[in-house]
Amino acid sequence: MTLASMARKYEPRKVPETKVATSAMIASLAAEGYEAQPAPFGHALVDLAKKDPRIVGLSADLSKYTDLHIFANAMPDRFYQMGMAEQLLFSAAAGLAREGFIPFATTYAVFASRRAYDFIAMAIAEENLPVKIACALPGLTTGYGPSHQATEDLAIFRGLPNMVIIDPCDACDVAGMVPAMVAHDGPVYARLLRGKVPTVLTRHKPDYKFQLGKAQTIREGRDVLVIASGIMTMRALDAAEKLAAGNVDVGVLHVPTIKPLDVETIRAEAAKGGRLVVTAENHTVNGGLGEAVARTLLTDGIAPRFRMIGLPDAFLEAGALPTLHDMYGLSVDKVAEQIKGWL
Amino acid sequence: MTAEIRFDARSNISLDLRAWNIRRKALLMGEVQGQGYIGQALGVADVLATSYFHAMDYRSEDPEWEGRDRFLLSIGHYAIALYAALMEADILPEGELATYGMDDSRMPMSGMASYTPGMEITGGSLGHGLGIAVGMAMGLKRKQNPAFVYNLMSDGELGEGSTWEAVMSATQWKLDNLICIVDFNNQQADGPSRDALAVGAEAPKWEAFGWHAQEVDGNDLDALVAAFDAARDLKDAKPRVIICNTKMCNGVDFLEARESNHFVRVEADEWSKALAVLEEEKPQ
Repeated sequence: MTLASMARKYEPRKVPETKVATSAMIASLAAEGYEAQPAPFGHALVDLAKKDPRIVGLSADLSKYTDLHIFANAMPDRFYQMGMAEQLLFSAAAGLAREGFIPFATTYAVFASRRAYDFIAMAIAEENLPVKIACALPGLTTGYGPSHQATEDLAIFRGLPNMVIIDPCDACDVAGMVPAMVAHDGPVYARLLRGKVPTVLTRHKPDYKFQLGKAQTIREGRDVLVIASGIMTMRALDAAEKLAAGNVDVGVLHVPTIKPLDVETIRAEAAKGGRLVVTAENHTVNGGLGEAVARTLLTDGIAPRFRMIGLPDAFLEAGALPTLHDMYGLSVDKVAEQIKGWL
Repeated sequence: MTAEIRFDARSNISLDLRAWNIRRKALLMGEVQGQGYIGQALGVADVLATSYFHAMDYRSEDPEWEGRDRFLLSIGHYAIALYAALMEADILPEGELATYGMDDSRMPMSGMASYTPGMEITGGSLGHGLGIAVGMAMGLKRKQNPAFVYNLMSDGELGEGSTWEAVMSATQWKLDNLICIVDFNNQQADGPSRDALAVGAEAPKWEAFGWHAQEVDGNDLDALVAAFDAARDLKDAKPRVIICNTKMCNGVDFLEARESNHFVRVEADEWSKALAVLEEEKPQ
């Protein structure tokens, strides 16, 4: 008996005329017309750890894939390889935090949010311990399918009291968030961009600096306000340039801190005269930035025309990332197309 | 010999009396709420007496003293037993005994770090303690602090995969400052632990994972004292486990005889009866 959900696997396929490779990681981000920096997380952490002896690093067999190997190589006696054991990774990080250290624990976003959730909730968040959780492959940034695609991590951690959540856009954000994570006395979950990470925000706004808990306007625009986090801010900025050619003026508000949400700035921007408000997130539309913004606006009686760009409530397909980003509406073209369609 | 080693390392009160006091205080708390994990508390009282009055170093007036041995209660529902021990150790005031489980009490039904002085972690989601203990033992080594980390867990927690992640890690990092105590009463919520998840051959299993393992009668104070001494004095660079075979409700015979006693039902009039039974057994 074949389950309906399995039926497609019996359909034969033809070899395509053009070869498209599955990308394991969003390496293609670096090739989208922006300059890139290597391993901004790893280097920022080493710089900080030189000054702060409380910092230690732990990974569950993914230091190379979370840029923590930069730290491990620079400070081997401050790095703990915990093996392929995520429950242990976060429990041990909690134990180190109890003894006065500031542990940075890294793995993939799926494994932290799904597999180790109870340990993060009870051993770390309930006791408000300063464990810094930095996770690669957030949202749809791998073509490996649902086992590696953390499409609901923000929703999961938004439900967790005490947890601060960061969704960085680029190398400026990643490098800037590391000292902010240490300065915050409590647990932090940060989505991580690793490898060659593009520098986006300072090209659009030269004086941009990451500030924990602050949303910042990166681009002004009269017709549309896009409220975006993570890599979707980059997509929104590129889509805004495309739309400008057709005389559509799109503003972009970047919200790298998902929790606590900068509700004052979001309200003030959304209340500015008659713009279509669009949220854009690399995450399921359930329980992420879009719904958080909607709640904020509705609670305050601010009712602009409102639309959401995000991933569907579905287990996503495997394949090449550009294909998938087109398919699910996260590519620059699709973002621009959707906004145009709503005007 | 026996009289000597059984003496409380901290005072001239015997360990027997310490264990008896812990049982009595736990029964008094149970009476306050008319419920509680009293079977576990009576069973583990000797283990706690040995921990707090023979093995561990701490300061009653400063529960967070940096030099203290850390005691983690992985099994949150054993809180009633630990509160009794903490009161006996003057870490909690005995005057608060009658607040047990009440609104705004510092002694909630399940143990939590933010409520109770001397409670190092929030237990209760089972299989957490040993992993946290691994991190704390690593942290103590980083600080060159010679304190030990004790993690008290139940046999039921041997079913949690996270326990075995921590078991392997403690060996990997040669955590000779970690002492795990397994309260093996062979009772979990639905019945005997041995019938639930192929629990058995415990000491050889831990030894195979690289631990120094001892299995003792957890209601025999002489045996416990010897086992804790051996665990602390061992020179090998490996973590240590003491598997304590205990009897649920130990010390109150009519409760011991009760079947299916993970959560022992005690009728309203039986608390005073149990205290009276205990009174007859009061050591010198």
